[in-house]
Amino acid sequence: MYYLRRILFAIPLLLVISALAFALVRLAPGGPFDRQRVPASPEIERHLLAEYHLDEPVWKQYLRFLDGLAHGDFGTSLKYRNHSVNDLIAQGLPVSMTLGGLAFCFALGIGLPVGFFSAANRGRWPDYLGGFLAMLAVCVPGFVIAPLLIMIFAVKLQWLPVALWESPLHLILPTIALGLYFAGQVARLMREGMLSAMQSEFVTAARSKGLGENELLFKHAFRIAVLPVVSYAGPMLADLLTGSFVIENIFQIPGIGVFLVNSSLNRDYPVVVGLSLLYALLLIGLYLVVDFAYTVLDPRVKYE
Amino acid sequence: MSKPAPLHFSPGQQAWRRFKKNRPAVWSAWFLGLLTLIVILWPLLLTVIGGTFGHAHNPDQLSDAQFAPPGAQHWFGTDVHGRDVFSRVLFGAQISLLVGLLATVVSLLIGVLWGAVAGYVGGRLDSFLMRVVDVLYSLPTVIFVIVLISTLGEWLKQTFAHSPSVQAALRVILLFVGLGAVSWLTMARIVRGQVLTLRTRAFVEASRTLGAGPVWILSKHIIPNILGVVITYLALTMPSIVLYESFLSYLGLGIQPPMASWGTLIAEGVGQINPVRIYWWLIVFPGGVLVLTLLALNFLGDGLRDAWDIKAR
Amino acid sequence: MSNCKRAWRFHLPARFFLLVAAIFWLSGCLRHDPPADLTLINKGEPESLDPQIITGQAEMRIVEGMFEGLMRLDPKTARAIPGLAERYELSPDGKTYTFHLRTNLVWSTGEPILAEDVVYSWIRALSPATASEYAGQLYYIKNGEEFNNGKITDPRLVGVHALDAHTLRVELKQPTAFFLDLCAFPTLYVVPRRTIEKYGDAWIMARPLPSSGPFELVDWRLNDKVRLLKNPRYWDAANTKSELIDVLPFNFPSTAFNVYEQGRADIVWDKELVPSELLDVLLRRPDFHTFNYLGTVFLRFNVTRKPFDDERVRRALGMAVDRERIVKKITKSGEPATTSLVPPGTANYHPVPGLEYNPAAARKLLAEAGYPGGKGFPRFDALVYGIKMNEDIGVELQQMWLDNLGLNMELRPLEWKVYLSTENHLDYDISLSDWIGDYNDAQTFLGMFTSGDGNNHTGWKNSGYDTLINAAGEQPDLAAREKTFQQAETLLVHESAPIVPIYNYVGVNYYDPKRIRGIYANVLDDHPLRAIQKIVPAALNK
Repeated sequence: MYYLRRILFAIPLLLVISALAFALVRLAPGGPFDRQRVPASPEIERHLLAEYHLDEPVWKQYLRFLDGLAHGDFGTSLKYRNHSVNDLIAQGLPVSMTLGGLAFCFALGIGLPVGFFSAANRGRWPDYLGGFLAMLAVCVPGFVIAPLLIMIFAVKLQWLPVALWESPLHLILPTIALGLYFAGQVARLMREGMLSAMQSEFVTAARSKGLGENELLFKHAFRIAVLPVVSYAGPMLADLLTGSFVIENIFQIPGIGVFLVNSSLNRDYPVVVGLSLLYALLLIGLYLVVDFAYTVLDPRVKYE
Repeated sequence: MSKPAPLHFSPGQQAWRRFKKNRPAVWSAWFLGLLTLIVILWPLLLTVIGGTFGHAHNPDQLSDAQFAPPGAQHWFGTDVHGRDVFSRVLFGAQISLLVGLLATVVSLLIGVLWGAVAGYVGGRLDSFLMRVVDVLYSLPTVIFVIVLISTLGEWLKQTFAHSPSVQAALRVILLFVGLGAVSWLTMARIVRGQVLTLRTRAFVEASRTLGAGPVWILSKHIIPNILGVVITYLALTMPSIVLYESFLSYLGLGIQPPMASWGTLIAEGVGQINPVRIYWWLIVFPGGVLVLTLLALNFLGDGLRDAWDIKAR
Repeated sequence: MSNCKRAWRFHLPARFFLLVAAIFWLSGCLRHDPPADLTLINKGEPESLDPQIITGQAEMRIVEGMFEGLMRLDPKTARAIPGLAERYELSPDGKTYTFHLRTNLVWSTGEPILAEDVVYSWIRALSPATASEYAGQLYYIKNGEEFNNGKITDPRLVGVHALDAHTLRVELKQPTAFFLDLCAFPTLYVVPRRTIEKYGDAWIMARPLPSSGPFELVDWRLNDKVRLLKNPRYWDAANTKSELIDVLPFNFPSTAFNVYEQGRADIVWDKELVPSELLDVLLRRPDFHTFNYLGTVFLRFNVTRKPFDDERVRRALGMAVDRERIVKKITKSGEPATTSLVPPGTANYHPVPGLEYNPAAARKLLAEAGYPGGKGFPRFDALVYGIKMNEDIGVELQQMWLDNLGLNMELRPLEWKVYLSTENHLDYDISLSDWIGDYNDAQTFLGMFTSGDGNNHTGWKNSGYDTLINAAGEQPDLAAREKTFQQAETLLVHESAPIVPIYNYVGVNYYDPKRIRGIYANVLDDHPLRAIQKIVPAALNK
């Protein structure tokens, strides 16, 4: 029942978001068809606007958009005029998702163990090292780490390809560049989660029951400690799945992250709205998954 | 004479003692203090010393020594226009830190107000305010920021058309207002959570029955008690804002040349990475200083959070 | 180590490895396309591949392989040579062309290509519904402009008619020296009527897509690649040198360069994809080729704003620009500094010099205008499109005007759309602009600054200039035409100076000349795909 309610509530939320994105992007100065070469006659520009209904009042355009939405049609891109927004998403989303999924696994696969061992060895050198590395990962921006990785592994050592998206080898550097920041965040959250879990009443009760320290760590504390990570994982996955602009640009990966930023810069209204909706949809869906994961991991949590 | 028992210390004093034990946090605080000092003093130093030293280290001074590696004359090397990178990093620090701090303050103001009102008043207003936060959370920030900066930028330009330096200053203001405006959401949620807990505490109830108005309660009871949380999240938000500013400047949307911020300096440096020739100092120094500052801010924030022992409550 | 720790050690990492392995395997289902014969790196993802819609050079380079017009361009000289048309005749008054199409023309899907297809394509370009931004290229045809404006609605009134299946008659408004070049321009390419009528705007996505050119489009993945396959039915297929071509879109010069260096791509052909910081090293490499290009970078003055309405002020500022410094320090590709608008090498024309660098004369002129030593001159700003090169140029200009004239300029870098819109609305003082010629003739440059032209963007209205340009347009004799144009250019860059030219673009391509044949340096930087060939290493050892 709870989930049904959440899903139903998501629908008006999505509508609001679409309206917001719709209006916002039209506020920015400059239009999608401003070009350096002014067409030979103003009629041409008029026709262009008319073809895409941009000369109609905004509310009318929005209704038209909703109508299209009901048929599953997000409209045609104003910049890539032979492609519909659905085309863009169909081509780019799987790529971004693959990259995002890999980066997600990387982030969890490195972040969780590092955080865990940091907490398990609290106060000793693994903790300091792990903590410092995690912090470092969070502090180096993607647009610094990616060129450095390319420089070292692709150019100097020639072990890996410099860019593009064509074989499993091509996946390695972008995954690391994208996942490192999140690995650091996961490690820090995991560590804090473990530390607080180890002191929580739940674990104290278990300890008093005579459970061994290691069993304690693994079974009980971990399940509670991982909760903040799960909380964070939802929006993190949404961000990862919708592509990272910087990484996709630097590695020339055909995902949708590039479209997200460029469509705003190009005032490509349908793409902006379509991608915003997609992002919102993913986020809402993932929040639901996160909430569900909470109930599985922490029996204290119940929803009514 | 034995040491007084910790119970006699106020929460603030307890926090301070815990903080002092956290070495990385203390070092970070020193580092940030030192950095701020250098950043403020350096321009003064240049004007006072003047002469060739001042001239060579003027961050806007073009010279013919393009792409000089680090050396005696230019400690961090020079860039494409022959400008001194050391100076530019410090002047860039001014901008980046200023924008970061002010944006954080803006996000704090909005977030605290929003969250406190929502948490205190409760009921339908709370629901509504938090729904708005949810909706805004679901919007990809990038779109919002681009639109915000372009639109307000245009408006500013039209209103202050005839004084470009005022425009440049206002653009910086626009940037930190814009960044602050997209960063307050978490703060609002945290604050609301804290206020909700506090509201049900006995001393607040007591005040209310005595007839105190909401504003008085907010300012006397609620806000001082959430100060710890707020300061901590301030220190934790600032690094991500500084990072975001450098990201925007890297994209060309933030600080505009010839003003430098770490983001623009790094963007310039990143473009130089290639197999033929590496002007490594153009990225290592600005990037390094950025990373060190972010590290310091993060350690500081962690230290504050551990000191106020927030999670354990 | 206790049991649990060991278990822990296995459990989680094991699960993750499985997941990672699964994803790797799935991604192994990444398409494994056969490798292409030739891989090119292009600037940016093409916005469209519809010849009547496209406006950018990156798109045109691809479309040139897919469709063809009555004429096509010679790879060596970039002059118009017969394409779909075998031969043509020109009437004595220079206003009527008769084209004879080849009789064996077919689409890649087999149907014949006839004169009525040419008519259909040109009318489509002029049709208001198509909203073609380059429809202006067909305004030289009788009633072309009127049809595009909606003043007339019957396409049969437009001066292009099919006399029979293979003969086409074109009536022009006035003699147009570069009309044959226009016939090789993408907006005038021949497009498949049946496919367009069937699929509407999405016709490019139809497969198979009928092609009238040397290649067929087999795959178009956004931000990934455009794949072209040799069209065996092309009339000149025997001379198409490559079987399969991939065109990859790139935006960053450093990435493009790195991919090229790793050997993944054979040619990089856009000067914006050259890492400018490395130019002095790159220019010395044998795989680096520069050549004159039909483009000019210049400053625009907004003559509707004080004090730029004063000729003396504009000329003073123009004479204080040290162009050599800019091309040597900033652009560094060997661009020629220039004081004229029309680039050298433009057909039928020799440019005239404008205002040379002369700081002393500039100071004198500025004093005459009422601002001795720069005193009393209001603060002004210079608009640039916010890419690094332009900003660097802006910084140099700032320094020059300060050092030479004592003036304070503020730099205003703007995002692309905002920059265009600002320049359009005359909302600036000075703007750093450029122009790349649409076809190989002085008209494309000089015509911009007539009073009514939409690309003027300066507010400069000079009836003397307008008269000269119109007269040149009507002049059938090329020598006399050149003289008239020269008079106009003198007025533009020397006397009144609403613009100050700085340098001409050079085209830059990089490829290995030992392995790539068929690319030649020409002023349009046009390299038909059909002529390019990669020599396989085995063949080199002969």
